[in-house]
This record gives sequence, C-alpha cells and structure tokens, in this order.
Amino acid sequence: MLKDITIGQYYPADSYIHRLDPRTKLIGTLVFIISLFVFEGFFGYIWATIFLAAVIGISKVPFRYIVKGLKAIFVILVFTMVFNILLTPGEALWQWKFIRISREGLVLAVKMGARLIYLVMGSSIMTLTTTPNQLTDGLERLLRPLNRIHVPVHEIAMMMSIALRFIPILMEETDKIMKAQIARGADFESGNLIKKARNMVPLLVPLFISAFRRANDLAMAMEARCYHGGDSRTQMKPLRYRRGDMVAFFILFLYFGAVILFRRGGL
Amino acid sequence: MSIEVKDVSFVYSPGTAYEIRALDHINLSIPDGQFIGMIGHTGSGKSTLIQHLNALIRPTSGQILYNGEDVWAEGYDRRRLRSQVGLVFQYPEHQLFESDVLSDVCFGPMNQGLSREEAEVQAMKALRQVGFPESEVKRSPFELSGGQKKRVAIAGVLAMNPQILILDEPAAGLDPKGRDEILGQIALLHRERLITIILVSHSMEDMANYAQRMIVMNRGQVAMDGAPGDIFPRIEELEGMGLSAPQITYIMHELAKNGLVVQKDATTVLEARDSILEALGRSRRGRREKTC
Repeated sequence: MLKDITIGQYYPADSYIHRLDPRTKLIGTLVFIISLFVFEGFFGYIWATIFLAAVIGISKVPFRYIVKGLKAIFVILVFTMVFNILLTPGEALWQWKFIRISREGLVLAVKMGARLIYLVMGSSIMTLTTTPNQLTDGLERLLRPLNRIHVPVHEIAMMMSIALRFIPILMEETDKIMKAQIARGADFESGNLIKKARNMVPLLVPLFISAFRRANDLAMAMEARCYHGGDSRTQMKPLRYRRGDMVAFFILFLYFGAVILFRRGGL
Repeated sequence: MSIEVKDVSFVYSPGTAYEIRALDHINLSIPDGQFIGMIGHTGSGKSTLIQHLNALIRPTSGQILYNGEDVWAEGYDRRRLRSQVGLVFQYPEHQLFESDVLSDVCFGPMNQGLSREEAEVQAMKALRQVGFPESEVKRSPFELSGGQKKRVAIAGVLAMNPQILILDEPAAGLDPKGRDEILGQIALLHRERLITIILVSHSMEDMANYAQRMIVMNRGQVAMDGAPGDIFPRIEELEGMGLSAPQITYIMHELAKNGLVVQKDATTVLEARDSILEALGRSRRGRREKTC
C-alpha cells in the first residue's frame, strides 16, 4: 500500500534530454513556464505545443508517465476552469438564473487550462529525466551567487538531497513497523478520527526513534569523513556544460524569441 | 490446528519494471507441534513466506489454509488468526513503543480485548517464559540491551497465546551466550507449551541443534524439506544454494575421507563426539565415568 507513493519519479532512459546538464534543464523549464504566460494568441499555443511535443519525443519518456503528473493538479484545474467560465464578464452564451457562461470566460478557461497543463507537463519532463541528486546539484550551482548574501546554499542543497535519499528508507521502515504491530493485533484502519490518531502511536514512536537514530548515525559517519560544510568542497562529478547544452540553450533562445515576437505581433 | 500452504505464488510490484517473483508455487503443510527450521539465502523468499502464514501479505495466487479455512475468504477474522499465528520480526526496534516493558507486552493481549489487569497477567507469564527478569518490567524498553529487547519483543507476541510462533532470526546480532539463551528458551516453550515453532535462521548449527524438520528455501521455492539429519549430508546441493552444512558435518566428512569409520551425517557436536569415540574404540560410557 505504501509502495505506490513515489517521490522523485525519475524514469531511467538514455536520451538527449537525460544527458543534459541539470542546470540547463532547470533554466529551460523556467523559461518554458515564463513563456506560457507571455504569449496570448492562438499561434503562441501552437508554438508551445510543438516545442513541448518535440521535447517529450526526444526524452523517450512514455507519454502516460507525463500525463500521470496531471492527476495531482486535477482538482485545481477543474476549479480554475469553472471559476473562469462563470465569473468572467462578457457576451453571454448561455444563462440560467444567476449562472451565466460568457464567450470570453470560455476562451479564458480553455487558455488557463492549457497553460496549467503545459506547466505541469513541462516540469514533469524535468523531474522524469533528472535524478533527484542531479537536481539538487544543479540547484546548488545555480543558487551559488546567493552565498554572497549569506544564504547557506550548500547546506540547503545537502539537506534536500539527504531528505530525498531517506524517503524510500523511511517508507520501507514504516511498512515493516506497521506489519510488526498488525501482527500484534494493532488496527490502523477502523475507528473514528481520534481513535485512528491514537492507533498511530505504536507506529509513530518506533518510526521517530529510528529516524533520529539514523540521523545520528549519518551525522557521525559524515563527521568521521571530515565533512564540514561547503567551503572549498569539490565534487566527484562536477557539473560541466557540454556542446549539447549549448545547442539546447540556442534552441531555447530561438523558442523564447519567437514567443516574444508572437506577443508583439499579437498572434 | 495446522497451516496448509497451497500453490502459493507472490510477485512484488507486478506489471512494472521492478517486478520480482518472490514465491513460486509453494506447497507446504505445517502440522501441530513441530519445531521447524527455515533456512535460505538472502532473498530466497523466507521472509515473504512467513508473512503469508499470518495473512500480513496476500498471495498473488494460491491459498493459505488455517485449520482448513481459507484465510483470505470473505469475512474471515484475520485479526484472530494473527493472535493464533504469532510472528516476531527480526528487529525488536520495529515494535517497541511503550514507556515501560510491561505495558509494551500488554499491547497484544489488550488488542485481543482483554482488560489491563488480565493483560498484565498474560504479560508477566510471557515475560517469565522468555526469561526476562521480573524486577525490570518497569524499565523503558529503549534502555535495554539487544538481547533483552529481543526477549521483550518475543514476549509481546507470546502474551497473545499463539498456537504457532514464527520467529525471524531471533538470534541475529546477539553474542553467543545471548543466542544460546534465547534459542534455549524457545526450545523450552516448544516443549512446555506444546506450540508449533517456525524458526527462521541463517545458522546451520541452530538448525541442527533445535529443529525437528528443516525447510530449505531457494529462489522462491522449497528446495528441501525433511529432517536435519537427511538434509545436511547433501552438502554439495546446499553449497549450490549459497548455504553450508554445520561445521561439524564438514569435519566428519573429512574424517571419513581419511579412513576413520565415523557416522558421516552427524549434525551436532554431541553426536559427532560419540561417533568419533566409538570409531576410536573407546566406549562412550567408559569415557563418561572417567570425566564425571
């Protein structure tokens, strides 16, 4: 039951997108998301669709994995579209008492819906083609300038990667503890909310104890290897832009340039 | 009172890239009162199999029958089953949560619907049976040594009065003394309470010393099933599965190879000693009288 939850939904494959530097993908995703809110006209949408479809094609990630990400925003999507349809003033297409659907509302709802869907699909591509560790590495490099204003970028990135690393371990542990307690007659399913919360105690106490023990062990192991933060620390596989990244930036530049032109031209 | 495993298969995450067939058409019959040792290489399916026996896992195909009833039939009381087929997991840290030992052991019996007073009676009895000192029952379970934690964990299941007790590596991580004590207590439980014991272990010596019947698991299948004395002589087969026979069996094989007429399938040190003494022409009794 717990095995179904996955965070860090990396899809292993060998594609041009997978091989890109994580920074390129982070910047690319950001640019794509911004572009979604720059264009206004019909051509903009077609252009973004072509771009997204091309990236998905190159990434070798099956389409259904990308669509899976949409499940999470389904409720928000429906809400946004319903409110846009109902609350936008304009030429009425259909009216029943105080409920009225305007032409402008319908257009806006479709546009917003498409934007949200593209936004999620675009970021899904990034998380599906980049391992969580690569992502935190990339983030750390990109945010390094913030060190100047005393933001502990390395420490934050380290905490993020440790947290990601421990999610599957703790998940497995939860499963084992649950089984051990169920074997002693514990009941995690029935009862009202308060009873359910109380029934969680036999699960949470061993889980917390184990989490603290693991944290302690890890801290000790890191200290034993002389870890003392990010200063002058080098990496085994330093991030380096390759020719592929240059090509990707060039394409991204062309794409975004076109988006700005579309907006100027009102297309 | 018996467990019947009928053609059980289990597949982890079916239909994905990570699909693993953990159990492959298992058939087993576990009658009452046996002391069964279950052994197998890591990943051979032992843990998955024992979790099937008290319905913690639902088989992908096949049936588990307890006293002739399918435990996954609709309306079957699986909570009751779990108190009759007690399962003690390898790490006591996974189940200890109360502030003192006695309350922790009471958790199981109270889940069965007993009052605190009745549960305490059961708990004290169980703690006594695993050899936990009575003076320490008010201590926090987290302050105890590894061996004592194991005892408390076993008592926590034993207090529910199971008919069948399954123990996953109860002696792992203990020093030799603690190990002998725990296993000795389990053997005593088997004799005194007449409950069926299924002991999962990596140690061939434990199997030889305690088990009446051995089940050897390999790649999700039952590779061998029989008395330890019949299984250990099959050293080559065992080694092919990443296992080995008890050290003493190797010594006996070597002795036999070198021409000493000994009983090759001796599995415990005591048996081996007698056999060697006999081969050397010294009577067992004569020797005993001298040493005593």
